[in-house]
Amino acid sequence: MRYGLLTAAFAASVAFTTASHATELEVTHWWTSGGEAAGVAEFARAFEEAGHTWIDGAIAGGGPTARSVFVSRLLGGDPMGATQFNHGRQAEELVEAGLFRDLTEIAEEDGWRDIVNPPSLLDGCTLDGRIYCAPINIHSWQWLWLSNQAFEDAGVDVPTNWDEFVEAAPALREAGKVPLALGSQSWQAAGLFQVLMVGLGGPDVFNQVYGDKDAEFSAGEEVARVFAAADDAREMSRGSNAVEWQQATNLVISGDAGGQIMGDWAQGDFQAAGLVAGDDYSCLPGLGVHDVIATGGDAFYFPVLDDAEKSDAQLELARIMLSPETQVAFNLKKGSLPVRGDVDLEAANDCMKKGLEILAAGNTVPAVEQVLSQDTVTQINDLMTEFFNSEMTAEDAQAQFATIISQAD
Amino acid sequence: MADIRTAATAAETDPTTAGWNGARSEPYGPRPRRIVSRRNIVVYGTLFVVAVYYLLPLYVMVVTSLKGMPEIRFGNIFAPPVEITFEPWVKAWAEACTGLNCDGLSRGFWNSVRITVPSVIASIAIASINGYALANWRFKGADTFFTILIIGAFIPYQVMLYPIVILLREMGLYGSIWGLVMVHSIFGMPILTLLFRNYFSSIPVELFKAARVDGAGFWGIYFKIMLPMSLPIFVVALIIQVTGIWNDFLFGVVYGRPDTYPMTVQLNNIVNSVQGVREYNVNMAATLLTGLVPLIIYFISGKLFVRGIAAGAVKG
Amino acid sequence: MQAQTRRPTRLFRNLSAKIASIPMILTALVIFAGGTIWTVVYSFTNSRLLPRLNFVGIEQYERLWSSTRWMISIQNLFIYGICMLIFSLVIGFILAALLDQKIRFENTFRSIFLYPFALSFIVTGLVWQWLLNPDFGLQQVVRDLGWTSFSFDPLYNTNIVIFGILIAALWQGTGLVMCLMLAGLRGIDEDIWKAARVDGIPMWKTYIFIVIPMMRGVLITSLVLIASGIVKVYDLVVAQTGGGPGIASEVPAKYVYDMMFQAQNLGQGFAASTMMLLSVLIVLIPWAYLEFGRRRHG
Repeated sequence: MRYGLLTAAFAASVAFTTASHATELEVTHWWTSGGEAAGVAEFARAFEEAGHTWIDGAIAGGGPTARSVFVSRLLGGDPMGATQFNHGRQAEELVEAGLFRDLTEIAEEDGWRDIVNPPSLLDGCTLDGRIYCAPINIHSWQWLWLSNQAFEDAGVDVPTNWDEFVEAAPALREAGKVPLALGSQSWQAAGLFQVLMVGLGGPDVFNQVYGDKDAEFSAGEEVARVFAAADDAREMSRGSNAVEWQQATNLVISGDAGGQIMGDWAQGDFQAAGLVAGDDYSCLPGLGVHDVIATGGDAFYFPVLDDAEKSDAQLELARIMLSPETQVAFNLKKGSLPVRGDVDLEAANDCMKKGLEILAAGNTVPAVEQVLSQDTVTQINDLMTEFFNSEMTAEDAQAQFATIISQAD
Repeated sequence: MADIRTAATAAETDPTTAGWNGARSEPYGPRPRRIVSRRNIVVYGTLFVVAVYYLLPLYVMVVTSLKGMPEIRFGNIFAPPVEITFEPWVKAWAEACTGLNCDGLSRGFWNSVRITVPSVIASIAIASINGYALANWRFKGADTFFTILIIGAFIPYQVMLYPIVILLREMGLYGSIWGLVMVHSIFGMPILTLLFRNYFSSIPVELFKAARVDGAGFWGIYFKIMLPMSLPIFVVALIIQVTGIWNDFLFGVVYGRPDTYPMTVQLNNIVNSVQGVREYNVNMAATLLTGLVPLIIYFISGKLFVRGIAAGAVKG
Repeated sequence: MQAQTRRPTRLFRNLSAKIASIPMILTALVIFAGGTIWTVVYSFTNSRLLPRLNFVGIEQYERLWSSTRWMISIQNLFIYGICMLIFSLVIGFILAALLDQKIRFENTFRSIFLYPFALSFIVTGLVWQWLLNPDFGLQQVVRDLGWTSFSFDPLYNTNIVIFGILIAALWQGTGLVMCLMLAGLRGIDEDIWKAARVDGIPMWKTYIFIVIPMMRGVLITSLVLIASGIVKVYDLVVAQTGGGPGIASEVPAKYVYDMMFQAQNLGQGFAASTMMLLSVLIVLIPWAYLEFGRRRHG
């Protein structure tokens, strides 16, 4: 009985708040760490300035957990106002099932085709010529983070590209350091491999393997070079004793490891530890070989709602998210790059500026998640983590890789 | 010798009827003779060594939760804090953010209580009655249902997520606390039913028969005889359910709504956030704070363990 | 008692038992049986993110059994399961028996052994990941004490990583088994002990030949509890090793979960969970037959 009353009182309070704000919108996402949440706060502020109420539906525990919640909500008939997914094919089926709104009208009105850079981001939102999502930021994987301290201790210069790094590895070992820090989770090994593919092979190799899914080419000589480099990386990463990527990053921060290949989000950890880009650590986009970055990131989808007012608020939110001011405010906090080429990020640090330059020059490839299904991505993750933690030969790994590519969809 | 042989054979052939003359009011085993004896050294020595193994991680957690981040980053995990700080505890309880809501674990605390209390009561009530019906009032087909239930205990929860979403949607319970109570009752049912069934089966049938002769019915026997004799097993059920439901994250987040999310959603955010700096001290403080409620239940239940045994004096 | 229930005169009174069992019957039929059938049906489809009835025959199963990761998962589950079962039962029982010796501080010891159960697997995994880290955990501490060749790094050694997880799992779970056993021990008649003492039977013999057979109910409950925990082990592995190094500590439940929500391949996840269920059935059905069959005759 007591609980009945409690629930009733609770329901009443909810009903009351709904009545006082006609257009509140629940927005679900999985951004929960410091910088991520600060970024979301910028969206919320802009949205509330427009006279609406942002109900924050953050789900912790990472993408897969959050996505299972989102899908449950949509299937359970209790859709949110807007929801995050990664760029690419994660939400494909939900769009096909007609659960998300068609944004083509406002996209054309506002000329998204012209402002979104690189344009491939919008392709990830498009199904049968209609646009179903708003891309909001770019995260790239292609960074080699180096500890200046570690190289000083080993008595060698800080390398400026991958080959120099490999050459410096024995000196680092001698100084008692792990040349390349690597966490043991599968996505980290796979990420490292993709970076080698883009950085050493260049965009052409990347596109032919992942874009065209050319199995024959994947078994060929050029990809073999990438696998040989992965073999080097495997040797260099022995003794990392890290599970999470933060632990590996910590090894670089403390100078116990020479470097780490990790996405631009690692930068937050360097900054939190009080290190300065250029002085204490160096960053090499595209491994210092090919200045190319992949354009992964996040996009927002808007479920179909019955409520007319909420539907209007959804469109408004989509516009706000892509507006130049919000793009700058959000991405500075989040540490990612804006999706618009026409905004200015003055406050960006050295490494981020390098990223912006590459973006402005158009040297981009799509993120792996944009071209491959999650299923194939997971298969590659499994293969790479096995390779990096066993004595599997580069040839065997390449053969298996080619098989996965041949079955990819 | 003859006595014990008979008892032993009886026990082996039919465990359901042997050996119950009511629970005892105190622990068993030979009475201690001297304080320092070889037996005592072995018993206390073993308990002490095992206790160290169990306490070591707790020590690390408490110590870590009282350190600042720089000390953790470069220090030894076993070293006591150089500078004690309670900031991680404050942060975990009141300041840590999940998305835009920066009020720490406190935000979900009452939601957790609101979910846990009815779920624990409902699941234990249903399961104890199931167990009682299965042990003492078996009807045709009961064993089949029970077998299905036990097999259900082995299905990974995640597999059942979507079918239950659809079921709750059709029942109109999706997103409500009652939907969650139902889910917890369902997934707690296999183990708890088994627990109660096996315990009630070990209560001597004579007691049951005598009550039947006195004219007591299904509910009468349950409340007057079975309940008072089963406190220890209710305590075990309570421990299992409080811990399980209080610590549940998946069901709370999948079948709930943002305004009913339990505090594990915040805990999970603090402990599990994949990007950004991991604040191990706040992790540990948050964990200990979340664990407090089950821990308090354990301490209280310790007393019930003893008292429940005294209550067994109803023996016939 | 069972024989009585078959008499027609009992039919009416049995009605309350039947009514009281409605929640159980519904759960068994609708959720567990219904859900299982649903899962099995969809395991023959190529469902990706959403369940869709697009049948592809046994394709999902072929892929499952050709996957190295799945084979390693099964092997791990087997090793982990056997060790976990034996160690939890033995340790749980010994601890309960020790606590049942009319000792001082029984409450304190019981709380110490039980408290890890209050902590989630995620945290258990994290703490033990630290303790077992060779650079700053137990290994380093022992080395600092002077034994410099001491080596104990199960989480970073492919061959023994599963035992690193076992250590953490035992730490978390044995307390509850102990509690169950203790409840069982407390339910044993005083006279048995008296008679054993009078006859001069050694204590360990009394436990093994008299007490344990009398605790059958509690033992079965513990067994099912531990076994179902073993089959479903997931969070601990994710938090402690993430399935690594490499795929050396993968387990079937993690395979199912990753396939369903990370790979967005529901069909593959359902196929894996169907295989898990099938192996559970192979073990459980003979047991159920024995358990219920015997009781009916007795």
